[in-house]
Amino acid sequence: MTTIVKKTTQLMAGLVFLYGIYIIIHGHLTPGGGFAGGVIAAGSFILIILAYGSDFIRLTRKEHGSTMYENLAILIVAFLALSGLFTGACVFFLNWLPRGTTGELASAGMLPLYNIFVGIEVASSIVTIFLALVIFKEEMSE
Amino acid sequence: MNPLIPLFVMIPLAGAFLIMITGRFAVWFGRYLTTLILTVLAAFSIFSLAVTGENTAVYKVGGWEPLNGIPIGIHMVMDGFSVIVLCIINIVGVLAALYSIPYIKRYTSENYYYSLFCLMIGGMNGVVLSGDIFNIFVFLEVSAISSYALVAFGVEKNELEASFKYQVLGALASFLILLGIALIYWKTKTLNIADIREVFSTGYDRTYYLFVQILLLGGFGLKAAMIPFHAWLPDAHSSAPSPISAMLSGVFIKAVGIYVIIRLFFNMFIVTENISILITVMGTLSMAVGVFLAIGQWDIKRLLAYHSISQMGYVILSTGIGMILIARGKSPEIAALAIAGGLFHLVNHAAFKGLLFFNAGAIEYSTGTRDLQEMGGLAGSMPATHATSFIASMSISGIPPFNGFFSKLIIIIAAIMAGFYLLAALAVVVSIITLASFLKFQRYAFYNKPENKDDKKNKEVPLPMVFSMVIMGILCILLSLLAFPGIRETILEPAINILTDPLKYSSLITGS
Repeated sequence: MTTIVKKTTQLMAGLVFLYGIYIIIHGHLTPGGGFAGGVIAAGSFILIILAYGSDFIRLTRKEHGSTMYENLAILIVAFLALSGLFTGACVFFLNWLPRGTTGELASAGMLPLYNIFVGIEVASSIVTIFLALVIFKEEMSE
Repeated sequence: MNPLIPLFVMIPLAGAFLIMITGRFAVWFGRYLTTLILTVLAAFSIFSLAVTGENTAVYKVGGWEPLNGIPIGIHMVMDGFSVIVLCIINIVGVLAALYSIPYIKRYTSENYYYSLFCLMIGGMNGVVLSGDIFNIFVFLEVSAISSYALVAFGVEKNELEASFKYQVLGALASFLILLGIALIYWKTKTLNIADIREVFSTGYDRTYYLFVQILLLGGFGLKAAMIPFHAWLPDAHSSAPSPISAMLSGVFIKAVGIYVIIRLFFNMFIVTENISILITVMGTLSMAVGVFLAIGQWDIKRLLAYHSISQMGYVILSTGIGMILIARGKSPEIAALAIAGGLFHLVNHAAFKGLLFFNAGAIEYSTGTRDLQEMGGLAGSMPATHATSFIASMSISGIPPFNGFFSKLIIIIAAIMAGFYLLAALAVVVSIITLASFLKFQRYAFYNKPENKDDKKNKEVPLPMVFSMVIMGILCILLSLLAFPGIRETILEPAINILTDPLKYSSLITGS
């Protein structure tokens, strides 16, 4: 890609990533949430890979990392859901943390936690799918 | 609330992702963790079978109670019918996991296999336990997508072709199901199966209702491989690794196909005569055409796959007869008998078809071929495989002391009592042709050639595989006990009651 594209991507990628994080952590207050924010955050990674080409980063190693994050995040979501079984009313997916004041960032009990880990899960799985397709294409051309 | 209900879904799901993490460092971990998980789940399911009986357990996820009588949260329901299918899934699952330990060592990336296997089990448990039509769709996709990957696990030309065909038809089925669910949601404003029933019982638009029924029957019929929709099944089931063929044929088409069809058409829709006649016709077609397609096959696994279509035809035919009788509103005891025959054959088919695929896998493991014409004379060198495959073949052909005889007998008696003499005669003829094609399997695989004592190549398979086959063989004999009064009342009766009583299921959940 040309220098213009690379420079613009450098400037934009961080902002896109921050916006993704904003959407994730405000998931219980504003429209959006873990899934939408995760897709935006994954977009910033994909933007960098598209602009700098697949030689810039060692893609296979990145793919191992993103797969690992994906599995860890979904395991944490599962354990958060199961934690409801061991507290109080013994109900799966119970929102057992204190709810706080409606409208504040730290409120709504378990929901921000679910949003954060779902966000990590979605972002890393979308990056994994993208990397898998790129790696597959490179392997086929050899 | 029974806290085991969500664990049936969560334990295999968490196990699948744990295997993906640890599989990078230790491959053996996935192997044993899968067996451990399935053993625990099988124990849970047998415990649930013992305690459920007539008491339906409803689990409200997240503790969301109904608001003004309208269920707002996700409901998971464990009743007499779902607990039987749950037992099938987890018991066949644990045997398939044990069988996989030596079998899958020949393939690369074992941890992916075990991870997908756990995902498939989790998805099927979710389908069976869900009381919510959209959740059925979600879990169906979880199990279907992992089964697409498992069918292609050999990554050879045939496997990839079969998996592609399966994916295209599976995606079409998912589209039909999702469209049906969307149309139901549009009219009734609810997704809970029991609540939908309550809305329908206040009145419905006849054409719209029929259209939704046809969509759902098409979608789940594709998953269950009923005859006009069967094209993917012989390829997919014969290309998969053998433990997966046993899971797909013995469990998958029942849990996501037949179970959902029976559940929706008995408990969600009001049984009408035209749709029940359509279901019976499709069952009869599957039963008769499947067996004729099977008899000419020389590939063992394709032969078994076509027989799955035919045997599922018996189940659908029998429940269809029950539906017709319920819709006509006469002789409820014959309807109950027909449904009992169908459910009994469903359980039996899981045992003998799982065992037959295990046998086919053992023969392939030992001789390296699936073509009946190339093998022969294995009776002496593989005694355990020979004995268990004899049990399974006699069982599927309906020869007395084995379980298949009793379920086919009940189906035929119910058809005669209901006045469908032609269907009863057809069921007998199909059973005889099944016997013929399994005698062919026995003869070409185990006799035919003189035994070659010096041949060191064909040995009996490793111990875990033999163990799985022997347990399945014992199950084939023991399951015939379900036909006897006393045992039948405790296990099959609750399932039949929940299906035949039109209001029981919905009133138990919505509490009205």
